[in-house]
Amino acid sequence: MKTLVYIDHFKGEIQPASWEALGLAKSLGTASAIVFGSGVDAVVKAAFEYGADEVFVADDAALADYRSEPYAATLSALASSQSPDLILFPTTARTRELSAMSAVDLNTGVLTDISALEVSGEQLIATRPIYEGKVLEKTVCSSKPVMATIRGRAFPKPEADASRSGTATKVEVKAETLTVVEGYSASESAVNLGDAGVIVSGGRGVSNNPALVPPAGLDDKQAEIWRAQQGFALITELANVLGGAVGASRAAVDGGYIPYSHQVGQTGKVVTPDLYIACGISGAIQHLVGMRNAKVIVAINKDADAPIFKQARYGVVGDLFQIVPALTAAFKKKLGK
Amino acid sequence: MKIIACIKQVPDSEAKVKAEGGQVTWGDAPLVINPFDEYAVEGALQQKEAHGGTVTALCIGPESAREALKHALAMGADDAILVSDPALNELDTVGAARVLAAAINKIGGVDMVVFGRQTLDNGAGITPAQTARVLGWPMLGLAGQIKVQDGSVQVERVIEEGRQSVSAKLPAVLSVVQSIGEPRYPSFMGIRKASKAVIPVWSLGDLGISAPAPVVRRVELMNPPVSDTAIEIITGESPDEIADKLTDKILAEKVL
Repeated sequence: MKTLVYIDHFKGEIQPASWEALGLAKSLGTASAIVFGSGVDAVVKAAFEYGADEVFVADDAALADYRSEPYAATLSALASSQSPDLILFPTTARTRELSAMSAVDLNTGVLTDISALEVSGEQLIATRPIYEGKVLEKTVCSSKPVMATIRGRAFPKPEADASRSGTATKVEVKAETLTVVEGYSASESAVNLGDAGVIVSGGRGVSNNPALVPPAGLDDKQAEIWRAQQGFALITELANVLGGAVGASRAAVDGGYIPYSHQVGQTGKVVTPDLYIACGISGAIQHLVGMRNAKVIVAINKDADAPIFKQARYGVVGDLFQIVPALTAAFKKKLGK
Repeated sequence: MKIIACIKQVPDSEAKVKAEGGQVTWGDAPLVINPFDEYAVEGALQQKEAHGGTVTALCIGPESAREALKHALAMGADDAILVSDPALNELDTVGAARVLAAAINKIGGVDMVVFGRQTLDNGAGITPAQTARVLGWPMLGLAGQIKVQDGSVQVERVIEEGRQSVSAKLPAVLSVVQSIGEPRYPSFMGIRKASKAVIPVWSLGDLGISAPAPVVRRVELMNPPVSDTAIEIITGESPDEIADKLTDKILAEKVL
């Protein structure tokens, strides 16, 4: 099978699931990487190191910032000339648009957020979540190339080999200029839960620490958010000791305690860390479908009847404001930090 | 400005959705307007309020999807159109984009099409970009803020890495995210107006197209595997003792 793998990066910062896609492609046959952007030599070099048989590169000022139209037009032209069986992408905001548009150009379909891919004769069968992950479907695409975006951490990541190198093949840029990128500001709360090996999450319970006295002059809502932020500070400390990311339940996000980017159980976003620690989260169905595939789940909650305990491997019925700092201290000691 | 808000009807987010006998079922849970599409209607209404014009809610679906359109009307949309045809049962996302583009072209003179970021059912989030591509219009995805001036639209695009400011000439297709603002509740007057509204139904014949042949097809439905791990509740005399036991257990799992 001949596969093209789109290496997604933002200003040179490569989405790790790009390599997982490359590994998947290698397991199916020949794998060529696609790198678009401006000044992307380092990305091309990494693509060879991670095992690309060939790298197609469009390095051009017109591609400096991701814009759907020139990227899609350039990808569609490349796919038409190379006739791959399959084009793989990591799943990001950019690749959803890019694959969607290129599929229109190529008269084919996109299978998004796939967690498995089977070869059955001539057919590729992909597994993907629908209804917020409450149900899984297996789907096929009857046109070529099949396009699929893979979920992070669903496929093994290949090892980089610094001794591998190669010469990239230049591809022609199709500079469709319908949209203009005028500026960018980095997010203070940039978080990629999909790639995290450890996630420590907080829910509504993080705002309930009775021992805290909020500063004077706050109204009830402001005091609640202030309390929650003190709670999330404890959660962040634990996450930092474990080298993990901070997650949150929808209740915590809706309460204004933490930005949406931290929400576990966002539509279509399923996280699969090796360790998931849920603090003060009762376990609404959207949350459970978003995290239940984690390898080891730990739940800390005051309410012994909280649904989260039905999903957990280990549980503590108790006060997160006492348990979480104690865990942080114990891990610090045992991990030698 | 002539603005279209594209919406879909889906089972409520609280619904216990399952695979049963090769079908997706959700018991007696209500069908509602896709929650992300309420933000699309909100974003469209904000632009109408700022610049004048009309908001039309557009939906592909069965007769029952009228209820979702009525919600958009009750929020303040001026009119609504349902595209419904028995031949559309097997629609995939690119097919949906072709049908929506045909409807948008039939409406005519449209300046802006607004989508929610994704639907709760399929969840792929690719129909907005595909509709833009079929129309040949610019795509401004994941907008958290919209500004229209002198025939151009500028959005604050909310992505994993931060916020980007992106602009294009109208007409354009947008998808919006939550930071556009909380969707307004339907007003009493709005609900009255919506209950009396006559919603035209367009067939594929009305659009002058035949049913797009599906490229993507479902071959199997499954319920996610149920966790069979029994929980072990960790107890102790003090938080430190509990933490000591629990960290030993976690370290023994070799996941760190």
